Amino acid sequence: MENEKHHIVPFKTYGLILLALIALTFVSVAVTRIELTRWSTAVALLIATVKVGLVLTFFMHLKFDQKIFRVMVPLIFLLLIIVIVITFLDYLYR
Amino acid sequence: MTQAVMHNEHRDDLGSKIGMWLFIFTELLLFGGLFIVYSVYRYLNSTAFHLAAHELDVTIGTINTVILLVSSMTVAMSTTAIQKGNKKLTLALLGVTILLALAFLVNKYFEWGAKIHHGLYPGSAALEELGRGDILFFGLYFFMTGLHAFHIIVGVVLLSVILIKTRNGKIAPDNFQLLENGGLYWHLVDLIWIFLFPLFYLIT
Repeated sequence: MENEKHHIVPFKTYGLILLALIALTFVSVAVTRIELTRWSTAVALLIATVKVGLVLTFFMHLKFDQKIFRVMVPLIFLLLIIVIVITFLDYLYR
Repeated sequence: MTQAVMHNEHRDDLGSKIGMWLFIFTELLLFGGLFIVYSVYRYLNSTAFHLAAHELDVTIGTINTVILLVSSMTVAMSTTAIQKGNKKLTLALLGVTILLALAFLVNKYFEWGAKIHHGLYPGSAALEELGRGDILFFGLYFFMTGLHAFHIIVGVVLLSVILIKTRNGKIAPDNFQLLENGGLYWHLVDLIWIFLFPLFYLIT
């Protein structure tokens, strides 16, 4: 186990990601305040998805980790999406 | 037997990390299920949810979001610090993370306190009068943010243990998987909040 090279992420990368995350937070607050009606929901959820992507990729090291993690993690989110879609197909068409 | 145990300590960092991720998956499915419950009830009671969400304080929510994002960065930085062999910085970054977690809980206390003061809590008389949609909204609000706050408390305990172990040298530049796993758990808490915040506070 010891001979695996561990990627050391520079502090600067984390700082930049944090700035992006905070900026996106304020954008989503601003967008939902202007009341873009139905679009604001989609935009807020889209921004949240981008933020989650940033946290997973950089803070949780998926970009630098072994391939197994980069396969497993998207599969779990895919499973969640499938369950959500099936649930809503039921509610929308019953 | 006494001499032989000294070297070749059994350790599997990759296995340990996979274990942590598997635990994170179960947590994602737990909260994922709650998000589905929330979206279905929102779909069935859209007007009530729309009005009820206006009761929540966007300012406190935004402050707590920023607090969690910063704490996520500090804990991520602590893994870089330990790999660079900077123990002092690692301890400082872990300490800051724990303080930010406590700040989040203090905000949550005041936020919940204000709601309860206005009679908005599960089973309250004021809520009974408002109707089914509001009962569902505030029930889910208290349950989901409460479960999330419980995860924050667990995170504070976990990070404190990690801080002590780092100070004692049990977590070192060549043995920091526990620190990384603790960081992964903390990022999970952050991930959940990233979705809770727009769903409860922003989308009205």
